[in-house]
Amino acid sequence: MSFFEIQNLSKTFKTKHGDVNAVQDVSFSVEQGECLAVVGESGSGKSTIANMILGILAPTSGAISMKGSKLPQKRSKEHRRAIQFVQQNPLSALNPKRTIGASVRLGLDTYHMGEPQERWSQVEKALSDVGLDAELRSRSPSGLSGGQRQRVSIARALACEPELLVLDEPTSALDVLVQARVLQLLNALRIEKNLTYIFITHDLAVVRNVADRVAVFKAGQLVELDTTENIFTNPGTQYTRELINAVPVIDEDEIMLKNKLVANL
Amino acid sequence: MMPLLDIKNLELSFNSYKGLTQVLHGIDLNIKKGERVALVGESGSGKSVTARLVLGLLQEARNAKASGEVLFDGSDVNQMKNKDRAGLRGTDISMIFQDPTSSLNPSFTIETQFHDVLKRRTPDLTKEMSFERACALLDDVAIPDPKRVLKSYNFQMSGGMNQRIMIAMALANKPKLLLADEPGTALDVTVQSQTLQLMRDLVSENDTAVLLISHNLGVVREFADRLYVIYRGRIVEEGPTALIFNNPQHAYTKALLSAIPRITGGGLPQIAEQTDDYLAPKITHGAI
Repeated sequence: MSFFEIQNLSKTFKTKHGDVNAVQDVSFSVEQGECLAVVGESGSGKSTIANMILGILAPTSGAISMKGSKLPQKRSKEHRRAIQFVQQNPLSALNPKRTIGASVRLGLDTYHMGEPQERWSQVEKALSDVGLDAELRSRSPSGLSGGQRQRVSIARALACEPELLVLDEPTSALDVLVQARVLQLLNALRIEKNLTYIFITHDLAVVRNVADRVAVFKAGQLVELDTTENIFTNPGTQYTRELINAVPVIDEDEIMLKNKLVANL
Repeated sequence: MMPLLDIKNLELSFNSYKGLTQVLHGIDLNIKKGERVALVGESGSGKSVTARLVLGLLQEARNAKASGEVLFDGSDVNQMKNKDRAGLRGTDISMIFQDPTSSLNPSFTIETQFHDVLKRRTPDLTKEMSFERACALLDDVAIPDPKRVLKSYNFQMSGGMNQRIMIAMALANKPKLLLADEPGTALDVTVQSQTLQLMRDLVSENDTAVLLISHNLGVVREFADRLYVIYRGRIVEEGPTALIFNNPQHAYTKALLSAIPRITGGGLPQIAEQTDDYLAPKITHGAI
């Protein structure tokens, strides 16, 4: 039994132009402490899957289970606490009228974490865990840089002591230097707290450096699922090769890897 | 030969309630005719304001104060009248922005917007003529069924389509200089690489010079002939792209290059938030 499992998950959206099969019969499982990357082009169904895992969207068919028990569509507070979400754009993810301390505290209050009088110190600990100064607590999101804001949304998710973290393009709005720092942080936190990540992204270079396994999606279907090493050295499908080949690279080694993939096309 | 764009000791400050904040500390940059040059740096380093100064947009803002020279084709954009600056935009200088969908007006069809763009160069152009011309331009950027696209609105198309429409519009009047501000960032990898390839082919056909602004060094390496690295409003390293990538000299450039995740793996380095080395004087590669 796996820590987290998705079985035959499908989602169909009804539109006036007919049905759109956003996700079609997808099954995969994630072990505790693992980082599974979900990659694919825009429109491949990555975010729809994330929304179903979080309980925001109801699957058309299929089941999602965690630690052996099936998750209902109407999630209990405990389920919501255990699965947390980090969004792509940290500016729109944070309430501009709340101080970041209040944003982080909101989850603690909702899920009754610890004693009320201790919660501000929990907030400060959560902020310092992601490398932010506890004094930033009283600032509003507009007073922070993009990298700091993304750290706040990570702190907010982690303050609730989740077991599974769904990261939807957490670094694509950040520039390379900040991205490197945030990815470092995510890696360190995963090891420290034995967290499980579902890391949604279209940046394969990031995937290569953070994920244990990779699930490749195309038009709502899971086309390939393998360890990161295998995906990059010996991709099983044409589509995966094309995705890797599209990554702009800077090193001689990387060019060699790409040439090897092209030669096998 | 005189460079097409020659920026000399450009400084820029913004006036806010906190007082004057200097964002550019004397930038020197030049682009020859038909040359592809990239300006690379992190967010907040002054890349985008430099482009907006070349376009003459910030000189008109009341809270911005620019000094130094921005010589375009020999005349200084900083000293021009507002009317003359406006005359440059969309004709001799054009720009592609980061987010293609929000750069196009959702109230008008693509056809109407193309007409407006083409009229800037040829004021007496009729709607029928601009439709024909726009069809041909969209065809150049590999858009299938241009007639249908011209009757559509921006929100009816994907990000990749919108970005190609933006490229077609930006190159419609055969500008001498194209400013491309993070043209691929909002797109996913496969679409990004196609878009850049397309843009490169079109600019070399028309002999258009490009200033590419980006923080993605992979993109820069595949696109630009020459490279400027900017940090906190100062150019820290400049030279031919291949030279800088093979042998970065400045501490900041080294940090920037090491921060890029590699598809060959190897993890990510620990990068210092900020060191004094980053502010070391500029390093110039090769004879320019």
